Amino acid sequence: MSDITKQSLSELVENIKNKKLSSTEVTKAFIDRSEKSKELNTYITEDFTSALNKAKKFDQKPNLDLKLPGVPMAVKDLFCTKDVKTTAGSKILNNFVPTYESTVTDNIWKEGAILLGKLNCDEFAMGSSNETSFFGNVQNPIDKDLVPGGSSGGSASAVAGQLTPITIGTDTGGSIRQPASFTGTVGLKPTYGSCSRYGIVAFASSLDQAGPMAQNVKDCALLQEVISSYDPKDSTSIDFKRNQYSKELTNNIKGKKIGIPKEYRVDGMPKEIEDLWQKGIQYVKDCGAETIDISLPHTSYALPTYYIVAPAEASSNLARYDGVKYGFRAKGENLIDMYEKTRSEGFGAEVQRRIMIGTYVLSSGYYDAYYLKAQKVRKLIKNDFDKVYKKVDAILTPSTPSSAFKIGEKTNDPVSMYLNDIFTVPVNLAGLPAISIPAGHDSKGYPLGLQIIGKAFDEQNILNIAFAMEEKINFKNKITDWWIK
Amino acid sequence: MSIDLKTIKHISKLSRISVDEKKAEKLAGDLNSIFDFIEKLNELKTDNVEPLTSVAETTLKLRPDEVKSKNIREQIVKNSPQDNEDYFVVPKVIE
Repeated sequence: MSDITKQSLSELVENIKNKKLSSTEVTKAFIDRSEKSKELNTYITEDFTSALNKAKKFDQKPNLDLKLPGVPMAVKDLFCTKDVKTTAGSKILNNFVPTYESTVTDNIWKEGAILLGKLNCDEFAMGSSNETSFFGNVQNPIDKDLVPGGSSGGSASAVAGQLTPITIGTDTGGSIRQPASFTGTVGLKPTYGSCSRYGIVAFASSLDQAGPMAQNVKDCALLQEVISSYDPKDSTSIDFKRNQYSKELTNNIKGKKIGIPKEYRVDGMPKEIEDLWQKGIQYVKDCGAETIDISLPHTSYALPTYYIVAPAEASSNLARYDGVKYGFRAKGENLIDMYEKTRSEGFGAEVQRRIMIGTYVLSSGYYDAYYLKAQKVRKLIKNDFDKVYKKVDAILTPSTPSSAFKIGEKTNDPVSMYLNDIFTVPVNLAGLPAISIPAGHDSKGYPLGLQIIGKAFDEQNILNIAFAMEEKINFKNKITDWWIK
Repeated sequence: MSIDLKTIKHISKLSRISVDEKKAEKLAGDLNSIFDFIEKLNELKTDNVEPLTSVAETTLKLRPDEVKSKNIREQIVKNSPQDNEDYFVVPKVIE
């Protein structure tokens, strides 16, 4: 089979289970394509030799009852992988080799998957274009010099470019859904507490969630089923009954009530996005669902709230990088000088900026005016959702206010970069699940996504809605392999 | 409001990130534009709103206080930037 890398995860699993393909064949195919795709700069660390060995070992004694039998997979370099370098896209962790495994990746390997390597991302997941990575830009397979979005830009690019059949990212303010939207792929941010945060390099602990990124909704559901688990090692992990998301997946969404929030019709939004949204509304109606106009009045306050809460938590989480216990250390004249130089040389500009914002809003005299204020507004934002969820089962919005932009286009203006996440951030602040699915193309031929937001722990419902819409939309990603010589 | 260079120097001290004049000026510009954007929150009256500290509406679980990882000293110091088998090494603190 020459077109192994074109197959979806579900097809690969079936072909391995039916012994039409071996794990070695599949693994080799993705390694070959990854080798030819260096120009995309998706990988920070390749683990190909070890992956092939694991595949061969799997084939000698294949356990075909597993959910991901012998399937190779690359993951975002924010997940700690035992004995494989984990950098979080930062110079400060450039030499860090974890001695333990994150729970989410552990769940994946236990179901038979094989690590291909670690994927590029914005430094400490702080960014919306993958341009803050110490390891350089990632190219979007859609077009040359186009950002793949961020922070899970390497992950999105690797799935869209078929360098991995599926992957995982993390989403603090949109870092799974926005790059999924920019690359024509599917990305799910689960409910806060659904996937363990143990072993994920921390950014903003009250917002961070891991989630699957895939070529289609069914694959996404299957991976969510694998990664979601209650974990005592994460004190905010929640013990609830998890569905068998892929098995319970259905396109029957008749009678579902879907809210259309008027506040997501923002000033300056391109007409193409509005048209796409209207098309989405028609699709869910065609599927037998009912749409209801709703209001989420505090939507426009979500981004300013996020840019207090997330940097505050980041400034605290990133205090651990001091050049003492692990990571990069700069030379200093004394202990304090060593700390200051290590952090100044080890962190990139965006990370330093956010640490400074966070330190400021938490500092004496400003805590009430900023941090406490933001926590109160966060409550109002959550209340908005609680209120509308008495009337509707899910909410449909665009994923992003624009399609992918050019590399370098927004790097000099942090606020314009932040505005990318205007539709995704409220979801993190309220701890809800949301999925982005590709829904069309703009006039440049770049993909556009729609977002379906669910009630807490209601991943099954938004996956079902996405599954039903996917069938109607029949999206085809335009990948020309321009980077393969 | 406006964040001046003196404030930037103060935050940089608190953050343990050294900044020179040029970097301080760039940061002041960036932070001012970000805080202009954040000021929008002042439009809202929040006197009677409870702050949200956690979206998970469950109480934290209790567990027995037991040692789960034993004999992992080697693992703990494995990634330290200055080699020493038994402890972390820092520049001299006491003269």
